[in-house]
Amino acid sequence: MKIAVCIKRVPVMDRRFTIAPGGTTIDEVGLAYDVNDFDLWAVEAALRLKEQVGTGEVVVLSLGPDVVQEQIRKALSMGADRGIHLQAASVGADDLPVARALADALRDGGYDGIFLGRLAVDRANGVTGPVIAELLGLPCVTAVSKLEIANGRGRAQRELEGAQEIVEFPLPAVITVDQGLNTERLPTLKGIMGAKKKPLEVRPVTLDAPRVTVRRLALPPERIGGRIIGEGVGAVPELVRLLHDEAKVL
Amino acid sequence: MTTDFFAIDGSLAEEERAVRDSVRRFVEAHVLPIIGTCYVDGRFPRELVGPLAELGVLGANLPETYGCAGLNNVAYGLIMQELERGDSGIRSFASVQGALVMYPIFAFGSEEQKRHYLPKMAAGEIIGCFGLTEPDFGSDPGGMLTTARQDGSRGWVLNGAKMWITNGSMAQVAVVWAKTGDAEHSIRGFLVPTDTPGFTAKDQKGKLSLRASDTSELVFQDVRLPADAILPLSGGLKSPLLCLTQARYGIAWGAMGAAMACFDEAVAYSKTRVMFGRPIGGFQIQQARLADMLTEIVKGQLLALHLGRLKDAGTATPQQVSLAKRNNVSVATDIAREARRLLGGNGILAEYGAMRHMENLESVYTYEGTHDIHTLVLGQAITGLDAFR
Repeated sequence: MKIAVCIKRVPVMDRRFTIAPGGTTIDEVGLAYDVNDFDLWAVEAALRLKEQVGTGEVVVLSLGPDVVQEQIRKALSMGADRGIHLQAASVGADDLPVARALADALRDGGYDGIFLGRLAVDRANGVTGPVIAELLGLPCVTAVSKLEIANGRGRAQRELEGAQEIVEFPLPAVITVDQGLNTERLPTLKGIMGAKKKPLEVRPVTLDAPRVTVRRLALPPERIGGRIIGEGVGAVPELVRLLHDEAKVL
Repeated sequence: MTTDFFAIDGSLAEEERAVRDSVRRFVEAHVLPIIGTCYVDGRFPRELVGPLAELGVLGANLPETYGCAGLNNVAYGLIMQELERGDSGIRSFASVQGALVMYPIFAFGSEEQKRHYLPKMAAGEIIGCFGLTEPDFGSDPGGMLTTARQDGSRGWVLNGAKMWITNGSMAQVAVVWAKTGDAEHSIRGFLVPTDTPGFTAKDQKGKLSLRASDTSELVFQDVRLPADAILPLSGGLKSPLLCLTQARYGIAWGAMGAAMACFDEAVAYSKTRVMFGRPIGGFQIQQARLADMLTEIVKGQLLALHLGRLKDAGTATPQQVSLAKRNNVSVATDIAREARRLLGGNGILAEYGAMRHMENLESVYTYEGTHDIHTLVLGQAITGLDAFR
């Protein structure tokens, strides 16, 4: 079982974000970075599958500047076997060139499965996986919350709005992982030290010119506090009036 | 708001940050949910020994050839910081196992002793304790009464008692320091399996601090040991003191972990607790508290980190370790108390961490060289005049 996992370096979300001068990017000062949560679950799914089968290889790919090697090494410290850094100085807002570069790197790899997170928590486009599948002509199963693989076929549960869908598919396939599939393991301290000795191949890539560009970033409006208009039955007519005339929800 | 106000993260290597983050997440997932209850119940959470070993924190700065993680001293310090962010008792367990038992076996033991003990201790299969302090000899360990006399068959017979021994009741092996003659330089270390006849360990009851930690009294009555129970390279009081320097180094980091936990809790509380119609964090008196706390945390972090870099370069002195332990534990104790006060009445509840940390740190202030003894160590270093000899 040979599985590729595509991971993305994203800002840790518990910080307060500000917009950088120019208005199209966030200010990176003071931010911490980690592997996208959904991608960590994809790594964990790949590791468990390899452990279940008993043999195989888990290869981790990430695209971007040299700093993404830190995230690749985190996946290696969790137990992945080797990493491929697709080196690009910067990555724009258009996911098609990203998916193309990943698909080119994956095409002749002989992978039984290509795992990604359902989306990255920074931009939340959620299209890289499906576009890779399209470019490689592979079946694509998105938002997987349960996964079984046996005899060259997969069976997955997908999370829909208010429903679940069970699908079956042949391998190789592209699978995007949703919350709930697993909880990722912590890198052990020996794993962290061992990751430095695992192979990490650097392949420079040239991305196609982006066709989507960010014009403007804006922070959500400050939430204003609630208003107490009265208590008991007497306040109801005024509440209904405000909901109708002001909030316009009735 | 984070405690990394001076972007110290940028001075850490990638694997140092990775180690810190793994241990922090472990503590958040496994220690914080149970520690308040353990503390109230007076119970060390033994169920965490296996998972802590699996994570690799036990003797983490010892070499990989003995089953350890082979980390540098800064990464080791960060582990202590994160464990004590959880509780001083958890950090004390790891300090004793790693710095006071595995380290002396590594530094003073035979190759056979190292190969037998270190991998099993890294795996948490053998728990160790360290017996130096006696009921009447704390700050002055050279006066110890415990003796090891050679019998006719070249084996050893151990007699005496030790007190305030962390991990004492649950340990399978004790590193016991005893006099083989009359003088201080006759002090040697012995590896004593705790199931040896004549060895007894008794839990010390009634602690109002370090309640989530095993603290015991050890008694040796004609404990017969084979000739090879001795740590062959140990010699004189300087051997156990060398171990204590290792442990104190970790404490300088650990205390900052407890301080950060208290600060984070105080900041969060100050922003949500409303009094006089607004969050108490908006009042100058609480802001002054928080500003003082953060300032001391930043200074303590920088001190610990620089000491770690000196230690990794092999140039750190015991006096520098004394300064860092003395300062960081003292300011952490003050920070915990101020956090407790900021939390008002809620601050006395086990639901919050501040008072637990405050009580714990009173022990940390006193153990591993009291604050006062470290003051005299520094006084000696400054003046060249020894105040306690």
